[in-house]
Amino acid sequence: MNAVGKEAMDRMTQRTARSHLSVALDRLGIHNVSLLLALAVLFIIFGTLRSDVFFSSRNILNIGLAITILGVLAMSQTVVIVAGGLDISVGSMVGLTTVSAAMATQITDSSTAGIVAGLLIGGIAGIVNGFIITYGRVNAVIATLGTMAIFRGIAFILSDGQSISIFNETFRFMGVGTILGLQFPIWVLIASAVLFQVFLAKTIVGRNVYALGGNPVVARFSGIKVNRYRIGIYVMSGLAAGVAGILLAARTGSGQPISGSQGLELEAITAAVLGGCALQGGKGTIAGALLGVAIIGILNNGMILTSVPTFYQLLAKGSLLILAVVIAEYQQNRA
Amino acid sequence: MMSAERETMDAGHPILTLERVSKRFGTVQALEEVSLSCQTGEILALVGENGAGKSTMMRLIEGVFPPDSGMIALSGAPIAFKEPREAHLRGIRVIHQEPEIVPYVTVAENIFMGDMPRRAGLLLDWSHLEARTWEVLAAFGMEHDLRPRQLCDQLGPAQRQMIEIMRAVRAGGRLIAFDEPTSSLTDDEARRLFAVIRRLRSDGVSIIYISHRLPEIIEMADRIAILRDGRLVGTVPAREATEESIARLMVGRDLTGLFRRSRRAIGDELLTLDRLTTDHVRDISLSVRRGEVLGIGGLMGAGRSELAKAIVGYDRRRSGAVRMAGSDVPANSPADAIRCGIGFAPEDRKREALLLFRSILDNAALCIPDKVSEFGLFSRRRAFAVVEGLARKMAIKAPSLDEPVSRLSGGNQQKVVLTRWLARQPSLLILDEPTRGIDIGAKSEIYRLIDELATQGMAVILISSEMPELIGLADRVAVMAGGEVTGVLEGDAINERAILALAMPRNNATLDEAV
Repeated sequence: MNAVGKEAMDRMTQRTARSHLSVALDRLGIHNVSLLLALAVLFIIFGTLRSDVFFSSRNILNIGLAITILGVLAMSQTVVIVAGGLDISVGSMVGLTTVSAAMATQITDSSTAGIVAGLLIGGIAGIVNGFIITYGRVNAVIATLGTMAIFRGIAFILSDGQSISIFNETFRFMGVGTILGLQFPIWVLIASAVLFQVFLAKTIVGRNVYALGGNPVVARFSGIKVNRYRIGIYVMSGLAAGVAGILLAARTGSGQPISGSQGLELEAITAAVLGGCALQGGKGTIAGALLGVAIIGILNNGMILTSVPTFYQLLAKGSLLILAVVIAEYQQNRA
Repeated sequence: MMSAERETMDAGHPILTLERVSKRFGTVQALEEVSLSCQTGEILALVGENGAGKSTMMRLIEGVFPPDSGMIALSGAPIAFKEPREAHLRGIRVIHQEPEIVPYVTVAENIFMGDMPRRAGLLLDWSHLEARTWEVLAAFGMEHDLRPRQLCDQLGPAQRQMIEIMRAVRAGGRLIAFDEPTSSLTDDEARRLFAVIRRLRSDGVSIIYISHRLPEIIEMADRIAILRDGRLVGTVPAREATEESIARLMVGRDLTGLFRRSRRAIGDELLTLDRLTTDHVRDISLSVRRGEVLGIGGLMGAGRSELAKAIVGYDRRRSGAVRMAGSDVPANSPADAIRCGIGFAPEDRKREALLLFRSILDNAALCIPDKVSEFGLFSRRRAFAVVEGLARKMAIKAPSLDEPVSRLSGGNQQKVVLTRWLARQPSLLILDEPTRGIDIGAKSEIYRLIDELATQGMAVILISSEMPELIGLADRVAVMAGGEVTGVLEGDAINERAILALAMPRNNATLDEAV
């Protein structure tokens, strides 16, 4: 009897241990342990190939700095996707807000003006997206595909295709300065991660976003003002692009219509989907998105360290997005 | 006449045999040692409360998943389908509640899907396809209702269902199972369906017929098999069955006093509709008082659900007014209606009422943001405090409030919707077909709740296709046809004949406009 009892006890403690871990991960919003495995595999590969530099604190900080812009965009994209939408104009919005922030700073020599201009233009771009999708009843992919070209075009027109240099030191601080040993952009990433997490997981509005994405008819019958939410979400995406644009301008010390912002939509959507967002809406977490961002950041960094040619890096990024969706669909069908 | 016809059928051979079949999902024993057979050319009805195992049995037969133990045999030979396609090839078809029809494709292509006549091996042979489709339509008496080249996107539920039946029969279906086929049909359409099913039987096709509507089962079936909690509790010849005897076997106890209408004090006027008009309903003037249950009767497509959607502001208001206790309800969105004290539980629970993959707690707390938040942040503790007691009062059967509602039975899902509104405490509650597809036990609980809420002074609008519900629960019944209210019955004037007389469209023109 004792032997049996002991065995049963062992089984039970094993089970509770496992469920403790899965509960903890669930709390964080990481439902997908294979994502952690993927991260570990990347660490091992690049750690082995470039053991000299990969694990250096300098390189780790480099990765952190490199993913700040993507991190902000991946989190806002997660909110958009959870609400049942998609915003593929974010890369162009970043290009436009970078140029706007740089121009405002250059003209006024005031960092505040630069920040205001970046956020304002981002917000307006978001309102445009929101109105087209909500009141024009245009499919979100098509609407933001259109504005992707439009915003990029405006960025080119404003800058006349030129790079606009920024000499304001305060503004530059936002890209290169450090506070308590961490670069300013990393603090921005941390702050926005906390904000997004509290918003999506804790506030009533955030929970209603899940309801909206899960079933807009139910959401409407339940008294959620669906149109208002939809517009608000795209404005939020525009503001996040504004933050990203300001960081980009501050880091590069210039406003450029295309360099640095092209392809960000691909990476942001990839990170969100890797992190467990369902493209039909209603599902996704901030923690998952950050994990997705980490994977992309390490992949980018590792490919540079191991001297993978740029052209092949694009190949890897595109494949990653498709792979992420394939895995998500597979898991959904199995469940 | 019917019985003579039935005698000849008893001589058939079993086409499908289940022997001691069991199936378990997690902790739920969905089917336990069920042995049952269906004869060639027989209509076998399958009844039972929700969760009794009917759907599980259908899925086993169709090969969606295998049984844990026991044997299923087709014409005496054991079968083990890996997927529904294999079952289809052997002549087993299930007509689901939602017909699987491709909308933007013609009637002909839907009927012949997967088996189109070809020319030169590649091209679709349209003339041949059209001719064969006319043959099939004629055989089912549908040649005046459908044309081969008509697109299927505009078809109603009855026509879509008929197309699926024709497809099943054309593809050589020998055993056709119907899962709640009449739940979205009008009485007329249902009668036509019964005629088709009887004809299939006389052609030697075997029918398994699942329905909650006992009268039609007794009328149609040869034998009735009753499931309760995954076990077969009896098989009775339909000619010996009565509604009461079947219901007793289904529930395992006598049903007395299904409906309850307490003597209640009816208060002052709460809801006033003044010539309310949308794209779907016209000139609706009605009122509901506190403590009153107003029934809304009418046929399918009469505009009853659309009236509810007009009141809550889901459909765009063209003209007219909605007033609660004398003050106007803005026409913008359901959010305004909720703010003015109107709650609405829509007919289609899965599409319009529930977030299927979210928990009972989330679903129940959806309309009470103020009660479940602290400083704008969701408080699980508060939500739990509000929902837990109500869920217990409603007797929702679930392991915990964190259970996704997709895993609940229909009756429990409806209870979650009702819990949401109990938590919100509206002064007017609109219930659209609150007992559709729900077992008799949960039904009686919902009836009791309606009576209790009205007694407490809530005004209730009850939309129902089931006459006994309207007659048993409502203080007044407004009957609709063609998007308009054709009459309001009160007191002893509420009876089936009076409701039907008002529900019949007065001429075809109004019906066409409504559709």
